Amino acid sequence: MDSLIRVENLIQEFPVKQGILDSYKIKGNKLVREKKAVHAVNGVTFEIYPGEAFSLVGESGCGKSTTAKTIIRLLNPVSGHIYYGDQDISQLKARAMLPYRKKMQMIFQDPYASLDPQKTIKNIIMEPMLFHKTAETRDEAEEKCMELLQKVGIRPEQASRYPHQFSGGQRQRIGIARALAVEPEFIIADEPVSALDVSIQAQILNLMMDLKDEYGFSYLFIAHDLSVVRHISDRLGVMYLGCIVELGSKKDVFENVAHPYTRLLLSAVPTVGEEPIVPPVKLEGEIPNPINLPGGCVFHDRCPDCKDICRTVRPQLKEIAPGHKAACHLFD
Amino acid sequence: MGEKLLEVENLRTYFHTFGGVVKAVDGISFHLDKGEILGIVGESGSGKSVSCFSLLKLVEEPGVVEAHKISFQGRDLTKATEKEMTKVRGKDIAMVFQDPMTSLNPLYTVGKQIEEMLILHESGMNKEQRRERCIELLKAVGIPEPEQRLKDYPHQFSGGMRQRVVIAIALAANPKLIIADEPTTALDVTIQAQILKLMKQLVRERNASLILITHDLAVVSEMVDRIVVMYCGKIVEQGPVEEIIHNPGHPYTEGLLASIPRLRKEQERLDFIPGMVPNMYDLPKGCLFAPRCKYCQEECKNTMPDMVEIGKDHKAACHFIQNLRQSKDGRKEG
Amino acid sequence: MKKAAKRFLKSEFFFHYKKNLPAIIGTVLIGIAIFVALFGRQLLAIQNPYDLTQIDLSNSYLPPAWLEGGSWQFPLGTDNQGRCIFSAIIYGSVSSLTIGICGMSFACLIGTTLGLLAGYFGGIVDGIIMRIADIQLSFPSMFIALFILSVVGQGIDKLLIALVLVGWVTYARTVRGATLSVKKMEYIEASRTVGIPDFLIIIRHVMPNVVSSVIVLATIQMGDFILTEAALSFLGVGVPVTEPSLGLLVKNGFDVLFSGLWWTSVFPGMYIMLLVFGINLMGDFLRDELNPKLK
Repeated sequence: MDSLIRVENLIQEFPVKQGILDSYKIKGNKLVREKKAVHAVNGVTFEIYPGEAFSLVGESGCGKSTTAKTIIRLLNPVSGHIYYGDQDISQLKARAMLPYRKKMQMIFQDPYASLDPQKTIKNIIMEPMLFHKTAETRDEAEEKCMELLQKVGIRPEQASRYPHQFSGGQRQRIGIARALAVEPEFIIADEPVSALDVSIQAQILNLMMDLKDEYGFSYLFIAHDLSVVRHISDRLGVMYLGCIVELGSKKDVFENVAHPYTRLLLSAVPTVGEEPIVPPVKLEGEIPNPINLPGGCVFHDRCPDCKDICRTVRPQLKEIAPGHKAACHLFD
Repeated sequence: MGEKLLEVENLRTYFHTFGGVVKAVDGISFHLDKGEILGIVGESGSGKSVSCFSLLKLVEEPGVVEAHKISFQGRDLTKATEKEMTKVRGKDIAMVFQDPMTSLNPLYTVGKQIEEMLILHESGMNKEQRRERCIELLKAVGIPEPEQRLKDYPHQFSGGMRQRVVIAIALAANPKLIIADEPTTALDVTIQAQILKLMKQLVRERNASLILITHDLAVVSEMVDRIVVMYCGKIVEQGPVEEIIHNPGHPYTEGLLASIPRLRKEQERLDFIPGMVPNMYDLPKGCLFAPRCKYCQEECKNTMPDMVEIGKDHKAACHFIQNLRQSKDGRKEG
Repeated sequence: MKKAAKRFLKSEFFFHYKKNLPAIIGTVLIGIAIFVALFGRQLLAIQNPYDLTQIDLSNSYLPPAWLEGGSWQFPLGTDNQGRCIFSAIIYGSVSSLTIGICGMSFACLIGTTLGLLAGYFGGIVDGIIMRIADIQLSFPSMFIALFILSVVGQGIDKLLIALVLVGWVTYARTVRGATLSVKKMEYIEASRTVGIPDFLIIIRHVMPNVVSSVIVLATIQMGDFILTEAALSFLGVGVPVTEPSLGLLVKNGFDVLFSGLWWTSVFPGMYIMLLVFGINLMGDFLRDELNPKLK
């Protein structure tokens, strides 16, 4: 099958702000200017197929959100390619990007920050419609907007209210309606439920899955919660320090855990009266600083199965079973 | 049951605001035994944090706190003056907050901040003793090379390490009770698991008590001895953790448990509680949960249910607990 | 209209306003000043003190009505040319308010625009605008105004130019700061993912969200400008002597202040004080009310 989105060797860095004096170092006999950078994404490759829900999972600072924001071109990649169908969109200028902006949309994490407090929700949802001319007139846009609101479970008569008059869960519904306004083929959802209460989380997740069934678009979910990911995704990638360490179908990753980091993540998820899915792993160490990446495997200093080779050679992502990939020297 | 450390009876905290009176905490009663870990669970706006701030008299205008009784170690805190409360806070009852980024002062070294607690509450110590105690505390919370790290500033620590420092500060004066308000919400899962384990171990070692405030039933179920479930300022259920998890009495607890996505089980759709938390200015007349409850009857819409004993040390506020139980047993048999 | 008024009366803003005595005093003072400026010439003024045919030199230095030798023909006394001080204040307040309001509006417009551009685009745009602002802030504003006026000469229009050139900096800095924090919000990112061009995002989403901090500044600056106008006129470089101005009135009386003829200077001075006091009271209230950080 042809992929809808293909990301190839994506690299994203951010310069670290430092004083001019700090950036100059004497090396040998020369004064050199050293540029420090946060290595947020280090060569990520994956694809998403039409109608699929793909998840990127990882802890804070693993580069999952940065990857998402680069795909939708809120950020420009340092290097690497992003293909939408056959078109490489990684270097497109704003004008050439417009048709793809209509095909890709985003649902944001914080429902309190993702809606303009000065606009009524009707105007918030109609703005993308009118801009991309998916509705010819204001009346048509208004009609469509009401339809969408109904679909996401907001009463249409509330359309002229302001965001602060809604609860967090309702705001997230409005954010979803806005993303649907231009009838996209691909939606990126950046931790769409992590800011919500548990009882509301389930409502929103169900709604998102229902809408996917109805419209047939693809999802890229960004999440840190493995138990949420288990329910919403077809395939997933586990990220650590800007690298994908394990990639495969939900069944592969949850039932045949390959990478030691995935194992660690799974064992750390708190459960309610459930048997743990993996034997308890000794929890130690912290996530290293992404400014100075460790040499060798990025996970080696927390890994219980660390070998000599892990400290020197970075393992590549390779297939360990059909469709199931892992980046670990244990599978050499 | 052990000796009671804290007893709260009919605690009410009302906020008189522009939009009307918000009953953030409305007549809650609970107790805490010595050496016990209690979890207070609820969604945002359920009053779980406010109730603990009220215990320490940290509620500010326009909030008003009233209580029949807040007895801590046999002493009635309702009558304590502000001066006496300053001694209680930190010395007898310590707090750990959600955000380790903001609960440490960025201008002082970590050592200074722990020492400050010791100067305030352990006046007998000299400088050398204080330094030793600081090192000992940092070691206890699992910070490597404590001698060197004493001189470090908070920004030199990672999020998880900072929360460890906050816990060390809380432990400094050997408090009888620690109140932890969402201590791991800002942390990553793998770090969260470490911190929770550490807190549990430290509290048990020192025979202190802990109140853990959180929205996450899963966290609570792995940590605590007893659970208090709050909804819209009222306690809807309380009891031992095993009872609550496996045999919830209140439909709200049942719904909360069901809406947690499971790691083991594959689910097409998640169970959820319909509707949303009611507006605090405009609460329903009868049972506060009635509009969202699937067992709701006419009676629920009109009268507020009382707390009923439904098992050993297990209480819930619902009109139809018996029926609920039966229908569930019936389902099991069928 | 009626509906909007009703909604305002029920709003949280009005709820706090009702309880805030200083804010009410401020509104009353500003209200009186505006009334005086708009209708004072027709309704209150006893004579036109700038019409030479209406003044009589023989009436010079008459004391206020309640003092010996005063008369109700000139309630607050007269100055050296026999002008009625009461009427002169009414005439002068027009130019003071005009300068305050116009100067504030132009400074606000320029400063806000530059602040939005600097904050939103960052980089070189930000660097250039903010460095100019920094340089300007390192000189006392009075010094800059004096310098500009000495180059371009006197006149209300020139005074306005000087005030605007001095005043835009504060807006630019504040708006830049507010823009920086608004820019990070997810709703701005949401608009960018839709592909909406930057200038539209600034107008539709950034500006409405920084406007509250501008309102606060504008109120306070209006008071500031009125004072600066008075000070410049007092120094003799602001409004020309032939035009009415509160600052000039104070100056005229100042020469004879210590010879017992205090009223010529004190009454215009008091009027300036009350006007600025009222504006500042209002400004303080708006700052507390509109600044989310203080809530």
